[in-house]
Amino acid sequence: MTLAPERTSSPARTSISPTAPHVSEPTHLEAERHTLNTRLSVGGGSEREHLPKKSGRPNPFGRLTNAEIEGIGRELDAIRAEVMDSRGARDAAYIRRVIKVQRGLEIGSRVVLLFSRNKVAWAAGTVGLSLAKILENMEIGHNVLHGQWDWMRDPKIHSTTWDWDMASPAKQWKHSHNELHHTYTNVLGRDNDLGYGLLRVDEDQEWQLFHLGQPIWHLINAMFFEYGIAAYDLELRGNLQNWNELSDKDKEVFKANLHEMLGKIRKQALKDYVLHPLVSGPSFLPTLAANFTANIVRNVWSNTVIICGHFPDGIDTFETDSIDGETRGEWYLRQMLGSGNISGSKFTHIMTGNLSHQIEHHLFPDMPSNRYAEISPKIQALMAKHDLHYVTGPVLKQAYQVYRKVCRLSLPNEEPGRSRWSVVRGELAKVVRGKGEARTKRHLPSTV
Amino acid sequence: MTAAPPRPASARRPQLINGVWKLAAAIATPVLPEDYLDFVAPLRAGADLRGRIVAKRLETADSATLTIKPGRSWRGHVPGQYIRIGIDVDGVRHWRAYSLTSVVGDGTISITTKAIPDGIVSNHLVREAQPGTLVMLDQAIGEFVLPTPLPAKILFLTAGSGITPVMGMLRNLPTGVGPDITLLHSAPTPADVMFAGELGALAAGGRIRLVTRHTDTAGMLDLATLDEQVPDWRERQVWVCGPTGLLDAAEAHWAGHGLADALHVERFRPTIIEPGEGGEITFLGSEVTIDADGATPILDAGEDAGLLLKSGCRMGICFGCVVTMRQGAVRDLRTGEITVAEPGDELPIQTCINAVAGSCDLEA
Ligand SMILES: Cc1cc2nc3c(=O)[nH]c(=O)nc-3n(C[C@H](O)[C@H](O)[C@H](O)COP(=O)(O)OP(=O)(O)OC[C@H]3O[C@@H](n4cnc5c(N)ncnc54)[C@H](O)[C@@H]3O)c2cc1C
Ligand code: FES
Repeated sequence: MTLAPERTSSPARTSISPTAPHVSEPTHLEAERHTLNTRLSVGGGSEREHLPKKSGRPNPFGRLTNAEIEGIGRELDAIRAEVMDSRGARDAAYIRRVIKVQRGLEIGSRVVLLFSRNKVAWAAGTVGLSLAKILENMEIGHNVLHGQWDWMRDPKIHSTTWDWDMASPAKQWKHSHNELHHTYTNVLGRDNDLGYGLLRVDEDQEWQLFHLGQPIWHLINAMFFEYGIAAYDLELRGNLQNWNELSDKDKEVFKANLHEMLGKIRKQALKDYVLHPLVSGPSFLPTLAANFTANIVRNVWSNTVIICGHFPDGIDTFETDSIDGETRGEWYLRQMLGSGNISGSKFTHIMTGNLSHQIEHHLFPDMPSNRYAEISPKIQALMAKHDLHYVTGPVLKQAYQVYRKVCRLSLPNEEPGRSRWSVVRGELAKVVRGKGEARTKRHLPSTV
Repeated sequence: MTAAPPRPASARRPQLINGVWKLAAAIATPVLPEDYLDFVAPLRAGADLRGRIVAKRLETADSATLTIKPGRSWRGHVPGQYIRIGIDVDGVRHWRAYSLTSVVGDGTISITTKAIPDGIVSNHLVREAQPGTLVMLDQAIGEFVLPTPLPAKILFLTAGSGITPVMGMLRNLPTGVGPDITLLHSAPTPADVMFAGELGALAAGGRIRLVTRHTDTAGMLDLATLDEQVPDWRERQVWVCGPTGLLDAAEAHWAGHGLADALHVERFRPTIIEPGEGGEITFLGSEVTIDADGATPILDAGEDAGLLLKSGCRMGICFGCVVTMRQGAVRDLRTGEITVAEPGDELPIQTCINAVAGSCDLEA
């Protein structure tokens, strides 16, 4: 169940339509009018108690005093202002150049693939198209949809008009990603990106029998990531499981979104799996195979980059209640502690859409991606000053850590006096006895 | 982009080409074939109207004429009309109106811009813009044109850069015996007179009577003395263009003499938007106007008035609340930065972090 960002900081959270991405109904209560969003500016906030998490791990907010946190907020606001005020012709030229290179690479590769019966043409075309698709999704699509380039006021490169080469329609993705994930980053029960409702990636997430298979779910999800995201943006699983509890309006919205998404998927499949191969004539099958491969390569790569953003070791998660009345400073702190970077060459950074600077991106999601590298040393220094861990590492190392964690957390946490396996056996026994009754209940990850 | 409107020209294209185009569109999805073609042929027929600056000439120390080759979609203009031009200054696209000063029909158009203090676009055009630059264009519009048949007697009353639409008319007068034209033009000094040589030549050739006033020495034109300078002004159809003060005075003067019908005015600053603190927000879609203070995000103010507005994070990061501002000014509550939309602009703004600064009209 999705919770739309609330109007006020009050704990009286109103849950609204799980499916309506666009018009959020006003969620405030009468008495709360005029209490504006506490995340709008630094300052305010008062010292509060930071309870440990369910798993017994400490509350990450507890490490700093309120004054320190707001001080960090002010420093970050200043870093942001400096970059945002200096956006200019060079940045505009950068994104236009990337788009030009991407379009050239895409059309060039598709032309080469017309002759993909030839093995060299197939290989060159497939590599080129994979790179083009990665650039398109990562450095261009993701970042344009974040509004990073809206300041140029070019309607052709704008978050409100852009759509990308991927199964999920831009506006559905913007809702689940920009609004929910970026506002509620790593908040248990509110940020569905924590495992996408599919994986258990944190000790504080409830274990279910379903997670036993996650070392495999994870790999399948990576290969077909774009469809995973599409289903996730639709909240397919949650909506279908709770279908009878949805209001008529929610059902309408869901159906409309589903319709939009299927339309998009049809167009996408038509181009990659029918038309482009058909135009290739005798190279029909090789071209189809090339396009399929390019999509898989892009999916696996983007999945790898994205899991490295929040799931490697050393990254914190946050209890649902811990963000009630959250200030801007606390929001910033949560972004820093809840994200992790990828180290590497300039080429790596571009191919990750600069999500290799995940920490910087989460602090300033609307900052042009080409500027993250320049603020990265300042963020590292700021975090070091406050003894905060700036998580980073090469992509393979980070991805390996994630996979190791996915395997480890496929089993439940150890409980006092009970081994992990005995918990699993207990659950299995319940399922066998309860004939699926337990199944429907327990299989729902707490986040959905 | 997918948001581009359907192209009316496609109806007229032969079927085969139509088919190929459709196929190209289906393979280019989610972008359009246009998005590829724009890189190689931005000025082709059917493309969004653009133009390329092909020449630049300084007119005075602070004004310049830009010659622009418009794209094939250009539909032509009537002398005296203006175009809106969209140009990227420091990476940001700005749209401004400029009167056309060119001879009709030679395949290019020209505008003449005077740099005003702190002016973003005018300074860029006069001092930075280089031939080769691509600019966005709108088709020519405007009512400030000569009628056909031409009136027998004309008075052009201009000051500063207000000479531009009149220059466009003068350059396109029919050859042969024309109407009786007086041009009464003001500029601070002789060096500030745009097109001085060309105007002098027109006067020498007897096409116009030219009265130039150098206001630094002679002072501002006082319309009460018009009788001395243009004794038959009452018999003339009048076209006036220049600073707001001159235009207001002219309107009062001609109306005062019951001759308002003879007066045609072009305003370079039709509305002046002065950013303020708080003010009126008009939601055009729902036809609701509300008053809000300068500290309340537009999103909250609108919701308080019972409107159902798009929203997301409510803290400026998700861009889920973006609406189009048609005109007005808003202030970013995080940074204090002001965004101004002049009439004709369509500026997307985030309602969750902006408060009204004076007044604003929003498409919501
Ligand atoms: C129909 C029409 C035709 C026009 N034709 C021409 C033309 O042929 N040649 C030409 O040079 N300009 C013309 N203009 C004016 C032009 O559109 C711009 O307003 C002008 O170039 C200033 O833009 P800027 O970006 O440099 O100034 P901005 O950065 O927008 O403004 C800078 C400052 O100057 C003030 N300001 C804005 N516009 C003017 C103005 N026109 N006069 C005095 N102060 C102003 C602003 O309030 C602000 O304080 C025309 C305007 C209209 C509406
Ligand atoms: S609601 Fe997210 S940017 Fe305005």
